[in-house]
Amino acid sequence: MYRIKSGGLINRNKELNFSFNGKNFVGYEGDTLSSALLGNGIHLVGRSFKYHRPRGIFSSGSEEPSALVQLEEKNFTEPNIRATTVKLYDGLVSNSQNHVGSLSWDFMRINDYLSTFLSAGFYYKTFMWPKAFWEKVYEPIIRNAAGLGKLSKESDPSKYDKGYLHCDLLVIGAGPAGLYSALIAARTGAKIIVVDEDFILGGSFNGENININDNICSDWVKSILSELNSLKNVRLMSSTTLYGSFDHGIYGALEVKSYNSKNTITKPRHILWKIYSKFSVLCTGALERSILFENNDLPGIMLSKSVRHYCNRWGVIPGNNISIYTNNDDGWETAKDLKKAGCNVVCIIDQRSNIKPPIENIDHILGRNIVKAKGNLRISSIKLDNGRIINTDCLAVSGGYNPNLHLTCHQRGKPKWNEVNHCFVPHNPPKTMEVIGAANGLFNHEEMFNDSKIKLTKILRNLGFRKIAVEKVNISKKVYQISPFPKKIPEGKIWVDLQNDVTVKDIKLAVHEGFHSVELLKRYTTLGMATDQGKNSNVLGLSVLSLIKNKTMHEVGTTIFRPPFTPVPIGAFAGRSRGKHFKPFRLTPSHNWAKSNNAVFVEAGNWLRAQWYPIKGEKTWRESVDREVIQTRNNVGICDVTTLGKIDIKGKDSGAFLNFVYANNFGKLPVGKVRYGLMLRDDGIAFDDGTTARFSENHFVMTTTTANAVTVFRHLEFCKQCLKPDWDVHLISTTDHWAQFAIAGPKSRKLLQEICDPKIDISNDKFPFMACAKITVLEGIPARLFRISFSGELAYEIAVPRRYADFFVKKISEIGKKYSLVPYGTEALGVMRIEKGHAAGNELNGQTTAHNLGLGKMVSKLNDCVGNTMSERDELNKDDALKLVGFIPTNKKQQLVAGSHFIEKGQIANLENDQGWMSSVAFSPMLNHSIGLGYIKRGNQRYGEKVNAVNPLKNEITEVEIHSPHFYDPEGELLRG
Amino acid sequence: MIIQHPDLGPRDSSEFVYKGDAELLFRPERTENADQEIFHDYLYLRNNPAGKHRELWYHEYGDRSWLVVTRDTTNHEILKVEYVKDYIKSYKVK
Repeated sequence: MYRIKSGGLINRNKELNFSFNGKNFVGYEGDTLSSALLGNGIHLVGRSFKYHRPRGIFSSGSEEPSALVQLEEKNFTEPNIRATTVKLYDGLVSNSQNHVGSLSWDFMRINDYLSTFLSAGFYYKTFMWPKAFWEKVYEPIIRNAAGLGKLSKESDPSKYDKGYLHCDLLVIGAGPAGLYSALIAARTGAKIIVVDEDFILGGSFNGENININDNICSDWVKSILSELNSLKNVRLMSSTTLYGSFDHGIYGALEVKSYNSKNTITKPRHILWKIYSKFSVLCTGALERSILFENNDLPGIMLSKSVRHYCNRWGVIPGNNISIYTNNDDGWETAKDLKKAGCNVVCIIDQRSNIKPPIENIDHILGRNIVKAKGNLRISSIKLDNGRIINTDCLAVSGGYNPNLHLTCHQRGKPKWNEVNHCFVPHNPPKTMEVIGAANGLFNHEEMFNDSKIKLTKILRNLGFRKIAVEKVNISKKVYQISPFPKKIPEGKIWVDLQNDVTVKDIKLAVHEGFHSVELLKRYTTLGMATDQGKNSNVLGLSVLSLIKNKTMHEVGTTIFRPPFTPVPIGAFAGRSRGKHFKPFRLTPSHNWAKSNNAVFVEAGNWLRAQWYPIKGEKTWRESVDREVIQTRNNVGICDVTTLGKIDIKGKDSGAFLNFVYANNFGKLPVGKVRYGLMLRDDGIAFDDGTTARFSENHFVMTTTTANAVTVFRHLEFCKQCLKPDWDVHLISTTDHWAQFAIAGPKSRKLLQEICDPKIDISNDKFPFMACAKITVLEGIPARLFRISFSGELAYEIAVPRRYADFFVKKISEIGKKYSLVPYGTEALGVMRIEKGHAAGNELNGQTTAHNLGLGKMVSKLNDCVGNTMSERDELNKDDALKLVGFIPTNKKQQLVAGSHFIEKGQIANLENDQGWMSSVAFSPMLNHSIGLGYIKRGNQRYGEKVNAVNPLKNEITEVEIHSPHFYDPEGELLRG
Repeated sequence: MIIQHPDLGPRDSSEFVYKGDAELLFRPERTENADQEIFHDYLYLRNNPAGKHRELWYHEYGDRSWLVVTRDTTNHEILKVEYVKDYIKSYKVK
């Protein structure tokens, strides 16, 4: 019988079915998985990390080091879930972790008997050689043995979400200090948020049997919660763990909505909150620590306060004959409550000898230590230092309290050692955080309430809120007195860190081997690592280190605390940003039209662009692309080029500004003309290119590459605001506002003339190559027309306001039928620009200069422009500099590969002999063979020479001939025609 | 981090793009000798103090202003936020 008939915060009328290791059990509404397991008499729930020793439920909270289970099944499964934090639900499926064979007969237990060899640094020392063994033998074995739970290795079907919250005051922890602080703040009207990791707010008061204002403390909790719930300025968040404290009052919190796979497909499993607060109060209480003795890791050995809470909150008695081992007064509280609940308390062993028993009528042994616990899968007896053996099936251990100060340290706050309560207390927490109650080392309730009142009054006044009275809280005074750590290092197999199997011996060995600092000790022994981050074990480990090193606890210090406080699943960080929602995507204005034309889309940055348009009978992408190129070059093609960045530039100094940001001159560009512009970085490397049109004296329209649209605009704003703040220049991005289409091919003029409104003359005389104009098309639609050509054909780009785009593109394709208009995608666009030798992103890769690109002569020598001075560096202008040229395979049947490196024929392919690389390749349907662009030393002087293009990834060598980059219409007659 | 924008109030740092040392504002002019040494120092020699640092932040997801943010690099405390043009003016006065 492990359940008391009445009392606590469970609903005995609501039974919940759950399973553990395939067996079915019943728990109650209000249970955690751990209370439900204990309620069914189950202590053994897992195997330890390294030695596979049997492990039980150790605590009742998020600090739990041992009771880690695999929750749910198949693709919903989640490993390493602390059973102590899971709210029980009907149908819960759980399994133990880290054993080979059954939980009670784990084959890997052999590690425990080999433990002499598995000491600290075992892996570092053992798996050194032979070197070849690492990958093939050691690593697979270690990988198989390491870790606790298992991943499903399938996609997680659960939903996750994110949210943002703002408040005046954030109350972290809803125990007595948190709720009282929240009440004081809430009554002033301040906007407050209260978060607590538990699914029932109230903190320790949900598990204590003490009176407030003559009622049980959980009633006091209920009355405060009902008032807070009624206030609009208060947001109460249960099951929400504050995992990190970040700069300027920003906090990260994880809300666990449900682990139940029945719910998590439709509603989020977890929500990741980012909370902005003006101020916060940390009321996270304190966590109990254990005491060192041999086999102190056996199932049935639990923290004293947890045993008390299992009894008071969940009506669960974790043993038939419970003993208590303590060094402080709080252990006696457990004895008192257990006795009151009618359970058999064998005796209480207190390390202190010179005390008056705080509670009478309990068998007690003073001034004695436990040296050893015995038992197989569960504790059966303890042995005292006087040799006495006591039979017991559950030992409640209280080694004192550690303030739960993790969150005070995320901005490098360094805790200080308190010599009275023998614990670390917060020191220099973040500026906008105050620590209240046990979290601050104040273990007395009466003092805590007073402290809370004084601090809150000050905080609220500083936030601009007027004080409003709160009722006084009458609570019996509780004394907390604790003995210091023993002055002797105990002998035997003594566990410091239950989760990582770190023993006292490991710490001794690490120090012996020279790992003296706490940070090194942590990493060498793994003390305080993994899911519990040493919440129970750290201070114990430090006490051992302080003894060995003969240093005070303050001198030893703590390791640096970093977020997260408790583990946060990756899924929560991803939120909705997964699959195709990983990042937002942008659609071109002609997307629907392209879709109706059977387009295949490709991601280009955030954009989805039509890559090619297959038609009936075409089996490969090449067939479609070749057709699009040929038809464009023979008739006319249309391509959406909206994705190019468009920047509108106005102001009296626009001309001078363009002269400054481009390497070539723009100030003298006539109105009604477009010019190609090359932009450099200030270190002389090519940054971006595009065209800029001048519509009037003080109005220019710039285009950038798709990839650099954002960075060019940022750079221009930098140039304007930071470098030329006095100039009259105004910039605005109009990328999304104008839909732009390239219309290319010998019949493009005829087609365009048909859509242009009457009186608009686009004949070669009136609208020659590189002309631009504002016109109207299709009966009054405003448009901007540019006679520019990326394809090398007679070509135009026409821009219409985005809202007309769909109509425009449908209309032009209808009219275009008689000219055999073909839609072409990014592949055909790429083929045609390579045929023309135009540089694109592959060539402007952040390593190349105007000189490399063959555009060195364009760079202004006279005026100051971004990058020209540094582009003149000797090293960038050497005679054997790389030059952008074309390449064709000697054997025309062979296909070139981008990324191949050029090596002189007969030479070994190594870095020393490297002459450059192939940057872009395409199959040219016009030439009927593969062509490439690339950089090679002195390329422009080597036309006709043959070199090898080496592809070491596939061990391929292709002989290529260096060629002019202009494969098609090298004189540019077509585009001027 | 939260940056107090001079006009838009407290803004999350995720709205900004970081550029670096505010000394980048003082770009040398190209001279007749085209002094590469001066440009070299401007481009590659940056202050990287432990403590008070003036740096450039761009409010890209906001009003597109370039700001000079004075930040303590040891604790991320933000001591001052100014528009570049105001900073340059006050700099010239000094």
